[in-house]
Amino acid sequence: MQTPKGRGSLSETVFAAMRSASPSWKQTLHTLADDDEDLQITLWALYELHYRGFDDVDEGLEWQPELIELRRSLEMSFEHTLRDRAPSVSPDGEFAETFFDFVAGHDGPSLAAHVHRTADREQVLELLRMRSIYHLKESDPTAWVVPRLATRTKAALMELQFDEYGCGDPNRLHSELFARGMDQCGLRPEYGAYIDDVPLEVLEENNAMSLFGLNRRLRGASLGHLAAFEVTSSIPSRRIAQGMTRLGLPEAMIDYYAEHVEADAVHEQLAVRTICGSLLDEEPNLRDDVFFGAFTCLDLEDRFAHRMLAEWAA
Amino acid sequence: MTDTGHPTVILCAGGPMLLRGDHVVEDADGELHRTTRPISAVCRCGKSGSQPWCDGTHKLIPAKNRP
Repeated sequence: MQTPKGRGSLSETVFAAMRSASPSWKQTLHTLADDDEDLQITLWALYELHYRGFDDVDEGLEWQPELIELRRSLEMSFEHTLRDRAPSVSPDGEFAETFFDFVAGHDGPSLAAHVHRTADREQVLELLRMRSIYHLKESDPTAWVVPRLATRTKAALMELQFDEYGCGDPNRLHSELFARGMDQCGLRPEYGAYIDDVPLEVLEENNAMSLFGLNRRLRGASLGHLAAFEVTSSIPSRRIAQGMTRLGLPEAMIDYYAEHVEADAVHEQLAVRTICGSLLDEEPNLRDDVFFGAFTCLDLEDRFAHRMLAEWAA
Repeated sequence: MTDTGHPTVILCAGGPMLLRGDHVVEDADGELHRTTRPISAVCRCGKSGSQPWCDGTHKLIPAKNRP
């Protein structure tokens, strides 16, 4: 993957410096973001240095102090925004039941319902291009959390991640299943291929997962996000698979969503009960952060759904 | 050090039964289904469209009718 297109003064300056043989780091630290999109694409690229990187950027820049300083300042601003959006108190009560109720009580627009009944083929392909930014690195942001956990939670998270990563079989890795589906749909299956096409909301969704995964102090938010993601996956995945069948989309893509119906019916129980449950037994002070992560997952998906449904006038 | 416990079967309140490891489950019609993942969720509400496995449908039925 090459560095994305800049979307404003900050991203253009930073990406040029990242590609340069003799960069001026000072300038990257003294340029302000023009708007949220400029900030988010910059942050996305800075996070990407810790995942697979860019073909046109020296691997050694992963820990370049000025880029880390910039990342820290951008992610602090983003975290502040996310915390401002979230409710200030988390609900009381027995954790698992309260968490399932919290997610069920969150009312938002549903892209799955649109895909199920009314979307046309072009809209579904557009949705897949947007989703590809995450699904082609599915579960990777949560993998950062593993070494930061105590025994029970670490084992519980690995039990879920092992399934996400195909139980050791590269043909069953969820990101690989998605790549095959993309290919059969005539879309580009390469990691990050559509980054220049995605709107602010997709950048925020992806950056929130990296923010939570890469900061140990936010491990509660990361696992709360994971749990909310899993709890809202099974039934929507079935609706998407049915919508794709209605539209005659290729089998590999339908299989990806069909796989998530049963897989995530298991994962939601694990994420809430064995993963977040054991985390909170061990570190009850992280309860607010678990709910913060969960809210962020649901809220960012609402924002994305609102945008896409408005664009499609659905 | 205390054993932290790692049950083979977990009954989820209002939801499925989780099964760790390889098992063969006989459904209500006597048909056999082998588990295919490290942990499987067996439907307990009777409403799943993927019998005998859970597909999350229990969340759509009134709480008093859940297992």
